[in-house]
Amino acid sequence: MTVIIDYGVGNLFSLASSLEFIGEAAKVSGDPEKIRRADRIILPGVGAFGDAAAKLRESGLDRVIIEEAGAGKPLLGICLGMQLLFERSFEFGEHRGLGLIPGSVRPIRDIIGEGLKVLHIGWNRLIFPEGKPKSRLYKYTREGEYVYFVHSYHGADYEEYISAYTDYGALLTASVENAAGFVFGTQYHPEKSGRVGLEILRAFCEIGGRP
Amino acid sequence: MITKRIIPCLDVRDGRVVKGKNFLGLRDVSSPVRLAEFYSDSGADELVFYDITASAEGRAIFTDILTECARKIFIPLTVGGGINSIADFDRVLKCGADKVSVNSGAIKNPSLVYEAAKRYGSQCVVLSVDIKRVDGSFRVFARGGRDDTGIEAIEWLRRGVGNGAGEIVVNSIDTDGVKGGFDLELLAAVCEAVDVPVIASGGAGSIGDFITLFKTLPGVDAGLAASVFHFGEIDIKTLKAALTRENIPVRI
Repeated sequence: MTVIIDYGVGNLFSLASSLEFIGEAAKVSGDPEKIRRADRIILPGVGAFGDAAAKLRESGLDRVIIEEAGAGKPLLGICLGMQLLFERSFEFGEHRGLGLIPGSVRPIRDIIGEGLKVLHIGWNRLIFPEGKPKSRLYKYTREGEYVYFVHSYHGADYEEYISAYTDYGALLTASVENAAGFVFGTQYHPEKSGRVGLEILRAFCEIGGRP
Repeated sequence: MITKRIIPCLDVRDGRVVKGKNFLGLRDVSSPVRLAEFYSDSGADELVFYDITASAEGRAIFTDILTECARKIFIPLTVGGGINSIADFDRVLKCGADKVSVNSGAIKNPSLVYEAAKRYGSQCVVLSVDIKRVDGSFRVFARGGRDDTGIEAIEWLRRGVGNGAGEIVVNSIDTDGVKGGFDLELLAAVCEAVDVPVIASGGAGSIGDFITLFKTLPGVDAGLAASVFHFGEIDIKTLKAALTRENIPVRI
């Protein structure tokens, strides 16, 4: 059973539908007990980092997520949910994140160069880092496949946690993974990335927790 | 590199697609769900559902269809038509829409774009504008292109982006239905004025029109069309193969 964490941020319909479509039992819930009982958890999110981080803290779900991830339960953050995994974000000020992935969330504007729109929206290719084993998230995915992005910030600072990049005038972080290999984050929306996205979700749902 | 998007638009009235032809292997062409699946499988990058229903019953059928599509199709879905309030945003987002397209609603309610962007984020708010040349200037038209609002279009779009619209759909009334190509002059003016993604609509008649669009105006992010896809005049797979040959990046 996968629990999609409901903390009042974003539209969870498509994500729940995509899991249902691949035959994964999924529940949308903000109940700490259900999250603790889940085999794996997904942290979704769209909107502003500061608001979302505040909502997680107010509900106490930040502690639950940190504890469960610390115990080796597979966790997947999607889009803003991925950014929340980082230590901090510089979107409209400075905000504290969950600290499950070292590094900061920074505006892509600073690196993409002149003439590109600061909202990276649309389909772009996955580029795997050289000299690193492929993430378990990409068990069914080849380099160069397209996924759907909508963002103007990305997670940065430490290359060692990046499991895929994408090229938008500069290399942007497409996905991350922690050192233990149980915390994952995708900047793109797998639930909106067609067949490729469904295969990424399937790979995540096949990952078991730390015994 | 980010790819150029190809977006079919489905006009839905009382739960049925308004125009369509018999695609090979597609029995029920007027079923929005079947047609949406067909487009998604053909390589459409996104789908737009335009609700042209007038009645409340029709609206309810529309949201049921949207829900069914969102359960089966995992590419971005945009909904437009009859979006006049935050309640309308809420209604379609709950049923699985990813983005909401506002047209006349933004003219009737000038704070709608701002309010929606504040609540749902700019990425969710698409400002769609019907534009026609009047006395040498670009004017915004309302009610499906019937009423001249007198509003200058480029300034209107600039203001919409300032209020938080995350993408712009430019429907040229002058080129719509003519099938002689997109309105490059208008689109160039829009690209110059705004820094959010621009989706070109109105005038696509051939694969060459899409090639010309993306080659002439690198600032255009997507091409939207309805009838050329519905009537099978352009097959999306063939279109994308042709764009790739012209070195225009598309998702294959």
